Amino acid sequence: MSAHAESHDHHHDDHHDDEVVSHSTMGGYLLGFFLAVVLTAIPFWLVMDKVIPDTRTLSVVLLAFAAIQIVVHMIYFLHMDTKSQGGWNMLALIFTLVLVVITLSGSIWVMFHMNANMMPGMSHDMSQQVKNLP
Amino acid sequence: MNTPDLAKLIFGRLSLEAIPYHEPILLATFAGVAIGGIALLAIITKYKLWGYLWKEWFTSIDHKKIGIMYMVLGIVMLLRGFADALMMRAQQAIAFNGNPGFLPPHHYDQIFTAHGVIMIFFVAMPLVTGLMNYVVPLQIGARDVAFPFLNNFSFWMTVAGGLLVMASLFVGEFARTGWLAYPPLSGLAQSPDVGVDYYIWSLQVAGVGTTLSGINLIATIVKMRAPGMTMMKMPVFTWTSLCTNVLIVAAFPVLTAVLVLLALDRYAGTNFFTNDFGGNAMMYVNLIWIWGHPEVYILVLPVFGVFSEVVSTFSQKRLFGYASMVYATVVITVLSYLVWLHHFFTMGSGASVNSFFGITTMIISIPTGAKIFNWLFTMYRGRIQFDVPMLWTVGFMVTFVIGGMTGVMLAVPPADFLLHNSLFLIAHFHNVIIGGVVFGLFAGINYWFPKAFGFRLDPFWGKCSFWFWLVGFYVAFMPLYVLGFMGVTRRMNHFEDPSLQIWFQIAAVGAGLIALGIGSFLVQIYVSIKNKDKLRDVTGDPWHGRTLEWATSSPPPEYNFAFTPVIHEADAWWDMKERNATRRTEGYLPIHMPKNTAAGVIIAGFAFVFGFAMIWHMFLVAGLAFLGLLVSAITHTFNYKRDYYIPADVVERTETARTEELAAHV
Repeated sequence: MSAHAESHDHHHDDHHDDEVVSHSTMGGYLLGFFLAVVLTAIPFWLVMDKVIPDTRTLSVVLLAFAAIQIVVHMIYFLHMDTKSQGGWNMLALIFTLVLVVITLSGSIWVMFHMNANMMPGMSHDMSQQVKNLP
Repeated sequence: MNTPDLAKLIFGRLSLEAIPYHEPILLATFAGVAIGGIALLAIITKYKLWGYLWKEWFTSIDHKKIGIMYMVLGIVMLLRGFADALMMRAQQAIAFNGNPGFLPPHHYDQIFTAHGVIMIFFVAMPLVTGLMNYVVPLQIGARDVAFPFLNNFSFWMTVAGGLLVMASLFVGEFARTGWLAYPPLSGLAQSPDVGVDYYIWSLQVAGVGTTLSGINLIATIVKMRAPGMTMMKMPVFTWTSLCTNVLIVAAFPVLTAVLVLLALDRYAGTNFFTNDFGGNAMMYVNLIWIWGHPEVYILVLPVFGVFSEVVSTFSQKRLFGYASMVYATVVITVLSYLVWLHHFFTMGSGASVNSFFGITTMIISIPTGAKIFNWLFTMYRGRIQFDVPMLWTVGFMVTFVIGGMTGVMLAVPPADFLLHNSLFLIAHFHNVIIGGVVFGLFAGINYWFPKAFGFRLDPFWGKCSFWFWLVGFYVAFMPLYVLGFMGVTRRMNHFEDPSLQIWFQIAAVGAGLIALGIGSFLVQIYVSIKNKDKLRDVTGDPWHGRTLEWATSSPPPEYNFAFTPVIHEADAWWDMKERNATRRTEGYLPIHMPKNTAAGVIIAGFAFVFGFAMIWHMFLVAGLAFLGLLVSAITHTFNYKRDYYIPADVVERTETARTEELAAHV
């Protein structure tokens, strides 16, 4: 009987022989920690020293740092790479991201138009915005 | 606490008033169901089948038996859903010229809601899941699914949801809102009765089963393929099953969430979808279609897989364009998330949004069209055998193309503004669901029945069933296209314009023909069981099949394969036959198998009681049932005696019996 069949026959046991789990090294964790600290410190400094006066620009920059932070956490702490579980983890992550982006941005887009067109009386500043639309 | 309060805590709003004894139709139905049910129970008791059913079926974690139970559930619910359809057709055929028909509006509204809910959630879903459950592990050379207990639990949760819908027939009422229960109509203000609560809880309970079975099959396909079976060597049915289950896992949580929000509106006084206090009913429509559109592909992708298997088997050729078939399936999987707004073009999102979703909808018809051409080119210059599964497939190809074209018409927003909510829409989606999903399921049932039971289904009655369904479908739904063009809207209880009546009468005749089709199918099963010795197949490969499920005996032993097969080609079994590969007949090893457990039945039983109690506001009972559910689930995790070994000599005896049988007949 092949090793593969063996592995699913014993799936209640502690066998994980067909799973390639990438274990980060001490260096990896330290690098991740260092990056996480730096990526936290910079936004903190940006806010505390009021480096960027325009709040809109500031919030975009902060969100960008937050996004990078998420990626750092996933790579160094959650061991997300293109090889774990034969690439299925990365594939599942990309698929999930695509669906979440479609669902959220699509809903916001759709509901904004619905709200603007169908519920003009509900919110005054919303109807103002509709007038400004091209 | 005084007595009335205690009674309210226990019985909630349930009282004898809830039993609809003043409705003669329901009373007659109840009498019929009661007599039939008592007769069934009496037969089971008389032949002492309870122990057998419990030990061999209800508690079984064998994917094959669970698959068969799913099919039985789907067929039983089909009879209920189709009875609703017949009543609607009859009502609309006679309710003209001041004749109110035989169904008062409040009853009629429940019937069209129940028809939709039952057909999608408790007929199409169980049948599709049943086929996947039965076939996928066999096609990939696995012994069972990845999580056998979870599989049993998923099945019983689906049953519990179905039981809740059935209970609504005799205790209280079902929703009167249409199958998606749009608020504000489904909100507390407009639907204060239990109908919508039945809807919510039956779908929530069944939804747990559906989601878990999706996870289970993904894990099975990703992790348990036989050695050598790379992704691009998987049978097409396994591919479409994988994509379907990915869709299930991604889409069903959206349904669960939106139903939770609706339930909060109804139970906790929130205002997500109400008319007042900032609620927005349009958000419900948006969210439920984010689930609802992928759901369409959840139903149709597996049957695309069935057709692919059937076409190549009965044309005795490799499937034309395997890779393009796989890519088309994957593209559909992603694109199915980009079209949901076409279900509500008319709700007012404006030109830019509508054109985007109109174009994506037209794009999604391209991979589907590519599949049709792949099947046609597979048939081209093939040695086609018109057995029953192939008839269904050819019937599908003609019918589905018509449904696809009317779908593209509806995808054009300006056209949709005219056709929306009309009988044209009804004709369109029955065109694709009957012409696609139902035909595919019948093709699959006829194709894999000999694998599951060891004998073929009777071809004569199979052909009767096919022709009645095919002709019946056209007679029943082509008039609805015509009526849709005339502007007749859906869900009408009676009509004023007598010139429309003839079309409804034709449609009713069509429904009668479909009834004959369903009847022929039941006769087909009965006749086949009676003549099973004549229809017996001992080879395990009655159709000269191509994929791995035909490599084992019919029905397969509980361990499926004595030795895990090694795969070299996409059509693995065909390849083995070409290479004259011989069955290995020695060196058997003990086989490690999961053990049956009653936990699935028990937990799902508690879920049923919980759902029922929540519907009737019996909060004390609901609390106890939920506690019971948690405790039994936790208790099950401490059950460590979950596996056993089939000894090598038992395997050897089974396999030797098969060797002798093969030698005697081939």
